[in-house]
Amino acid sequence: MDYGLLSSIIHSILVASTPLVFAGLGALIQERAGVLNLGIEGLMIVGALAGFATAVAGFPLLVSILMASLAGAMLASIFALLVLRLYANPVATGLALTLFGLGLAALAGSQYVGQAAPQVAAWEIPFLSQIPVVGRALFSHDPLVYLSIFTAFVIWWFLTKSRTGLILRAVGENHTSAHALGFSVRGVRFLAIICGGALAGIGGSYLTLVQTPLFVEGMTAGRGWIALALVVFASWRPFRVIAGAYLFGSVSIIQLHGQALGVSVASQWLSMLPYVVTIGALVVIASRAGTSQAAPGSLGKIFKESR
Amino acid sequence: MTESVAIAERLSASSKQCLGVRGLSKFFGDFAANRDVTLSIDAGEIHALLGENGAGKSTLVKMIYGILKPDAGSMELLASSYSPNNPSDAKSAGVGMVFQHFAVFDALTVLENIALGLEGRFPDEALAAEILEVCERYRLHVELDRRIHDLGAGERQRVEIIRVLMQDPRLLILDEPTSVLTPQETEQLFTTLDRLSDEGRSIIYISHKLDEVRALCDRATLMRAGQVVDVVDPRQESTRSLGEKMIGERLNETKRTQVTEAHSQKARFTVRVGDVYPESTRNVVLTDVYLSVAPGSILGISGVSGNGQDTLFDALTGELTLPNPDSMVLDGEPLAHLDVEQRRLRGLLGAPENRLGHAAIPDLTLWENVILTARHTRGILKNNHLISGTSAKEFAEEVIATFDVRTPSVNAKASSLSGGNLQKFLIGRELLGNPKVFIVSNPTWGVDAKAQLFIHQMLLKLADQGASIILISQDIDELLSVTDRICAICHGRLSRTFSTEEMTPEHLGALMLGQEIDS
Repeated sequence: MDYGLLSSIIHSILVASTPLVFAGLGALIQERAGVLNLGIEGLMIVGALAGFATAVAGFPLLVSILMASLAGAMLASIFALLVLRLYANPVATGLALTLFGLGLAALAGSQYVGQAAPQVAAWEIPFLSQIPVVGRALFSHDPLVYLSIFTAFVIWWFLTKSRTGLILRAVGENHTSAHALGFSVRGVRFLAIICGGALAGIGGSYLTLVQTPLFVEGMTAGRGWIALALVVFASWRPFRVIAGAYLFGSVSIIQLHGQALGVSVASQWLSMLPYVVTIGALVVIASRAGTSQAAPGSLGKIFKESR
Repeated sequence: MTESVAIAERLSASSKQCLGVRGLSKFFGDFAANRDVTLSIDAGEIHALLGENGAGKSTLVKMIYGILKPDAGSMELLASSYSPNNPSDAKSAGVGMVFQHFAVFDALTVLENIALGLEGRFPDEALAAEILEVCERYRLHVELDRRIHDLGAGERQRVEIIRVLMQDPRLLILDEPTSVLTPQETEQLFTTLDRLSDEGRSIIYISHKLDEVRALCDRATLMRAGQVVDVVDPRQESTRSLGEKMIGERLNETKRTQVTEAHSQKARFTVRVGDVYPESTRNVVLTDVYLSVAPGSILGISGVSGNGQDTLFDALTGELTLPNPDSMVLDGEPLAHLDVEQRRLRGLLGAPENRLGHAAIPDLTLWENVILTARHTRGILKNNHLISGTSAKEFAEEVIATFDVRTPSVNAKASSLSGGNLQKFLIGRELLGNPKVFIVSNPTWGVDAKAQLFIHQMLLKLADQGASIILISQDIDELLSVTDRICAICHGRLSRTFSTEEMTPEHLGALMLGQEIDS
């Protein structure tokens, strides 16, 4: 097989998967704290626009990413205010956030349609990228790919190895008990929502900064929803979110190549494939891996303290 | 013991009084949950807080633990002023609390749960070693790497107690700690508490169980309607006199007066099942379920929670249907394959343990909750389609009037009723449907003494009218005073059935732990 082709396929898989990794991790950190945020799609597209606008204005990549995460966090803080302070129904609020984000980005982004952002250069990791065959395929991507994997590590470490992570899990598991033990349920959830919003924003910005350096209305195309589903099927574990996202990305790319090569299967079936394979695989993982697969105990429940 | 002497010396360096509460009041709107409450607890004292549901005990301890803020009054802890803003303040001041509904996290391990209760601690080896040391000192056994959802109620409580002990508290608050324990576990708990009091730690002990208070506590503060009505030495009182002081009325004792000729009568409802597989793998599989009840007879099924009672209840009421119709027979008719509705129409009714969520929908009104199970009575459901609100309301009114349910109206939400009142309503709802067989699970869990008595009388009256009753309960006193025959369930296996007359609490305890006894 042609190694150049292989490495370009791997590259396109990573490019297709990375937004889902960021958005999935953003949803995961919130859900582990017991917050069901259906607004991921809206957060993503706002991040996509903010990142794109910054890049078009000529700022470096790092600033674009920061602006994208800031935009995501700011929009998420509206969600936090509504759900945590005003006790709004989280499902309805999340849906509204998605609609609001899509609308806001379409309005504010209309002037950017048709413009192009500068291409993001790949990071050639010294030495590793020189390894024959796999070197270029694995170690020469844009910085965000590495950042997404690093983020998953950080979240895994945070959840399992730090006391704050333990408190976050406790808040998500049973907010009444967590409150009784003296933890600030609202505080923990607020921070989780802000971090989750920032991650979703970065996930969105990947679409406009790397995937297609353009901005188009509604360009997230349901990725926020896929990320939310991934988190559930990944049993709320960071590395499984990565695995699910890469599987989804792989099958989407492979089926695209399949369509290009003229495989004699209706294209609708091929387009369906990524969803079916990902859900199937993650269901199998989840049903096999023993106990503690359940959703966080107070996921999506409204917390009100009595005073 | 020298160790505990050393600890006692260290603790007694402070004053004799541990906690002083003066004129504490708490209002929810116009309702006074606590009014001018005064309380004094000495170092090393085990002090009982007695009162019916809604008497204000929980409100009081919530204020002491910083969960609620008092509207008036002051508190003093170890001779200095004390006004906790939140539970962390209370903890750092030396107050620890073991909750009635355990504040543990199901999906986390024992070690993680304990670490969460300690400021700034992480579940590592060092903490594990410290915990084991405390466990050893108080002879409490737990496995640190197990997850809470795999543990029984007694073990969960131990986790809570260890968590609190790790904070080296001066004052421990226990809210109804024995409601889910076996007699053996209760005894263990008392040993631990005695040891703590020997060390000079004070304990506030909230309970409905007057026998326990008499056996354990040095003093008792009695509360009624948010106020302190008396402070007594429980050892100088009888269970009855304590109960009367607590309720403010004279009590009639429940006792099965006539042990009916039930034994000689032919069984009406028989169950013969090899194995029952529950719907969820978390529940216990039942094996060898053989039981029968005659008309007018009450069969008690005792057992520590989590030993298959849920599955048994589901299988009996039809929430879980069985493949072989003949494994359950009512008046000669096989019905094991029938669902809840079908069984109800044949006179087999049930009242589950979980009142809010299973027996009733919390956010629906009482009359709406009537429709859930009683829709085939009194024309509530017209032509099998339309609900008659009027009939449902009338039915609910009748339940409220007949069974002395204290509620403003039939339009009150189920969740707004106290445990005892809601239970009276829910059992009444079934009883007005004239059950032939009535299956009830833990009817008096978390219910105050007066309502408890009333519910027992409801059951006895029902049996006298000729119904067969199966009472699944963890309350040994209840089983011994109400039932005719008794058996126990342990790990999903039903023991032999014994006549209640020849049963002692010790025997029953052994049965609950799966030991067969000879008699």
